[in-house]
Amino acid sequence: MNSSNARNVGIVIVSHSPKIAEGAADMVRQMVGNAVPLAWTGGDVDGGLGTNVAGILEAIETAWSPAGVAVLVDLGGAETNSEMAVEMLPEDRRARVVICNAPVVEGAVIAATESSGGSPLAAVKRSAEEFYA
Amino acid sequence: MHDAHASRAGETSVPLAASAVLVNKVGLHARPSVKLTQCAKGFAAKIELALAADGPWTDAKSPVKVMRVKAPQGATLHFRVAGPDGEAALAAMLALVHDGFGEA
Repeated sequence: MNSSNARNVGIVIVSHSPKIAEGAADMVRQMVGNAVPLAWTGGDVDGGLGTNVAGILEAIETAWSPAGVAVLVDLGGAETNSEMAVEMLPEDRRARVVICNAPVVEGAVIAATESSGGSPLAAVKRSAEEFYA
Repeated sequence: MHDAHASRAGETSVPLAASAVLVNKVGLHARPSVKLTQCAKGFAAKIELALAADGPWTDAKSPVKVMRVKAPQGATLHFRVAGPDGEAALAAMLALVHDGFGEA
């Protein structure tokens, strides 16, 4: 039904803590499976808590799909750095990356669930954001 | 339990309904909810579930909504399905529940 499918919307997890980002990605893989492109990033360039634009860009690249990428972030800097990363993308890709207003762990699992069914980017975002609805 | 009160029509314009008891220990929590919605999304039919035969009905293709039902072990899960592949969808839903979503 949904074996590994690089055409599904990709999911990127951005947390200040690499452990949280990796743990959330583990949950996605265990609960949803391998049907969605997935990448995570966390920590600043010195390995401390924080986020960095280069890491986020790399994660978006890793999880890239023609259907687009949904980014899940935790606090402040994760969001602003993600926005910066999106602005640095080639123009044709920029419109296909969205940052979801959703809790990072739950949002990642739900977004991936939605994506695994072949849903378009807007539906993936909407579903993740249902947590705050 | 199977097709307990399945209503059938020549075409599937009339919704099909059936129920099954949740056997897995955790009930319809996160992981089973994800499995159920993933399975539901594989069908074109409209699939809804509820804890009572008269609703309120929840869209089985929405992982957030399905988790909010918080159906515990032992609860009876009612399904209401409408669409061209409704019969297959209903069978798949019931099979998942009967199998405890592959959990113990």
